[in-house]
Amino acid sequence: MSQPSNPSRRQALAGALGMGVTVELFAARAIADVDAGVARRKLVVIVCRGGLDGLSLSPPVGDPDYASLRGSIALPGFDQPGGALKLDHTFGLHPTLTSIHDLAIKGQARIAPAVATPDRLRSHFEAQDVLETGAPTVYGSASGWLNRAVEAMGPPGKVGAISVGATAPLILRGRIKAASWSPGGGVQIDHRLPAILQDLYAHDPLLGPALASGLATEAMAKAAVADMAAGPAMGGGPSMALAMAAAPRQGRPQARKLGATLAGLMTQPDGKQVAAVSLEGFDTHANQGAAQGQLAARLTYVDAFLEGLSSGLGDAWRDTVVVTATEFGRTARINGTGGTDHGTASTAVVLGGALKPGGIIGDWPTLAASALFENRDTAPTLDMRALFKGLLREHLGVDRAKLDTLVFPDSGDVRPVQNLVV
Amino acid sequence: MQTVMMINADLMNAIAATRLGLGAKPGEIASYRDNPQEQLLSQIRDGGADQPAGRQPTSVDRFIALRDYQQQQQVAKAAGDAKTDPVKAAFRLLRDDTGVDFMARVRLAATTDAAFRERWTLFWANHFTVSANRLITATLVGPFEQEAIRPNVFGRFEDLLAASSSHPAMLLYLDQAQSIGPGSPAAKYQARGGKHAGLNENLAREILELHSVGLEAGYTQADVTEFARAMTGWSIVGARESPDREGRFFFRAVAHEPGVREIMGRRYADGGQEQARAVIKTLAASPHTAHHLATGIAQHFVADDPPPTLVDKLAGAYLASDGQLGLVAHALIMAPETWAPAAMKFKTPYEFLVSSWRATGVEPQEISTIAPVLTAMGQKPFSAPSPKGWAEEGPAWCAPDAVIKRMTWSEAFAAGAVADHDPVVLARASLGARLTPLTAQTIARAETRAEGLAVLLMSPEFQRR
Repeated sequence: MSQPSNPSRRQALAGALGMGVTVELFAARAIADVDAGVARRKLVVIVCRGGLDGLSLSPPVGDPDYASLRGSIALPGFDQPGGALKLDHTFGLHPTLTSIHDLAIKGQARIAPAVATPDRLRSHFEAQDVLETGAPTVYGSASGWLNRAVEAMGPPGKVGAISVGATAPLILRGRIKAASWSPGGGVQIDHRLPAILQDLYAHDPLLGPALASGLATEAMAKAAVADMAAGPAMGGGPSMALAMAAAPRQGRPQARKLGATLAGLMTQPDGKQVAAVSLEGFDTHANQGAAQGQLAARLTYVDAFLEGLSSGLGDAWRDTVVVTATEFGRTARINGTGGTDHGTASTAVVLGGALKPGGIIGDWPTLAASALFENRDTAPTLDMRALFKGLLREHLGVDRAKLDTLVFPDSGDVRPVQNLVV
Repeated sequence: MQTVMMINADLMNAIAATRLGLGAKPGEIASYRDNPQEQLLSQIRDGGADQPAGRQPTSVDRFIALRDYQQQQQVAKAAGDAKTDPVKAAFRLLRDDTGVDFMARVRLAATTDAAFRERWTLFWANHFTVSANRLITATLVGPFEQEAIRPNVFGRFEDLLAASSSHPAMLLYLDQAQSIGPGSPAAKYQARGGKHAGLNENLAREILELHSVGLEAGYTQADVTEFARAMTGWSIVGARESPDREGRFFFRAVAHEPGVREIMGRRYADGGQEQARAVIKTLAASPHTAHHLATGIAQHFVADDPPPTLVDKLAGAYLASDGQLGLVAHALIMAPETWAPAAMKFKTPYEFLVSSWRATGVEPQEISTIAPVLTAMGQKPFSAPSPKGWAEEGPAWCAPDAVIKRMTWSEAFAAGAVADHDPVVLARASLGARLTPLTAQTIARAETRAEGLAVLLMSPEFQRR
């Protein structure tokens, strides 16, 4: 984005539109010189909505109680047809998660098999609220913890954030204006309307910042798609934007492209350092399936998205951490309808080139009858906030005092997990 | 919190059409000139909401269509090819049905003169969300609204709650139809065959949390499980049981968990399907339900963070009338807080499109055109992301990307819609006294009529209500 040199009307308009971006870019560069290490680092948070079944994502096939509790949705052991992909003696990954497994073998993916938010009511909406606000109780905050983490990292504009999807997820709502993007925009930024509306929205606290941010992201997305089309890895060409137009329920190629496009948006000049992605469809009350079926299809989507993201980031993967989280896990026992009901602890996956290799994060409580939470769910052994705090502290350099108060209010007694990031 | 103040009649007329209605049609604001409150009250009627025009298929029709499709699929599979043209065509027909239902509802909203009645109805349809997340629920969302919601929106809430909770669409969407009491004869029979059958607590939980008392009531997991046990047996007729009656509500006594249930400190004697009906009756009468519904209504009609005085008035009207929703609507229309001058609600994509059609008199396009537009703006037709329904909070709909999508659509729509319309005249007709001098001036200075109309649609006051 450069200043127009020829003051024709069209270019003057384009210049006015680009102004916000240019200013933001200068600020980002000035700070980057001082603080180049942290400024390169990227964090992606993937919220899996509906209550993702941790016992299917990372089945503890070595746990003596696993197979009997799970009945027909239990995954076969390692090396069996449709069996779990081995992580250690106890845990595997769901057989669809081949890309995550490849990363795990390289020490670039780890699981936290028994994490939970502080909420215990098993309500989707309350638990998602607590997960996204980072508050200890529901309605504890109107903004999202990821937004406040960006706020803690410096003055507005220093660290850019973006969400993928047509609606803004709570985790990124707040004082810092985050960008958002979904496929299929195609704004003609040389038309008059965007400039007219920017004037009309000058005093509108909601529409003004949203339009400015949207226009800046559109310009970046165009550049990102153009770059990918030129590169050998993707080869999507101009049709890519169309192919991505209906994201969440489609198959592997679409998910991979969406991941790669997010990678493009994060690696452009002035690319965003922090991103939030929201995926739906994990509420598997009935006919959940095992190696194949409903949940397997959703996990395939997650795996392909991560494959596209990690390969699309290229060298920047080295400086990236991705974490997946869900509002709660599901019952340890299969229910009467071939599915599972709302539970407590679930699995979080942490991935990235910046990850320190190691085993599982947190303790495994086992599935022994005496260990189950309220005689039905995987018992939580790790507060999800401890995991997020550990990542924010070690990867993005957010200081402990801010983590305990601003980012995760009243969480002084929740100690950040250590030794996560190189 | 905004204070209640006396506002002038012109502004009240504009608010009646935009905040309480679905956006003004030409002449609509002027038609409220005498007394908008009285005219809105006249839209409340015992018979419930309007039904979309034309003959609407019932849920039973849809079950039959689905079964035909499945049979064709089986025949084709047996013949070795599951993807024959007739199978594909049958599938497409089912998919088209959902689009037809959605368009019938869109046309009603875009043209009705009783727009308050329709907005009130859409609120309840969202309160009792059934989402098109599977083929079967996709074909049933439309019939569900017509059969369970529309007839009951001005009646007693208890009836609405019972109608929703026993409709096949809800029973399937929230997995109730297959739930079996672990101590029931059906479970024992299945166990003999080596099959495990049991409880599914999904619908019971959402009735408590979303449809009635809400989380503030402080119920426990044990209450949810007990309610789920009470609801076992609430199911639908299967094709093998009775092909003619397939898909109708059916109390499957053999699946009902025997015994007394205790829910939120109250005991319910075993009485077959009447046990869960007794629970629903208690829930509907609860002050927690009154407060939960009042908050939702105030949030939908007035502000994301509504005045507590308004919530109290609506809850009071609910309790005083034994849950008569017509009287709650009456209280909403008469409350001064409802008429606060500032427009606090940001339109959802559906509301934005409907109000654009109403303002211009343009016929809604085909579903094939509209569905991708709504999806891109974050509101895929009949596909709310969860049983909680579509978000009420403005910021959820005002993400940068969503604003870009609204702008792109407005520009294209305006280019096709203008004909002889003068955008300045349209702005006055659709916003009335809510039109600000800045927006009026910006529209007047537009280079083309299309540009002026696009500015109107994207103006801060048109985007809100």
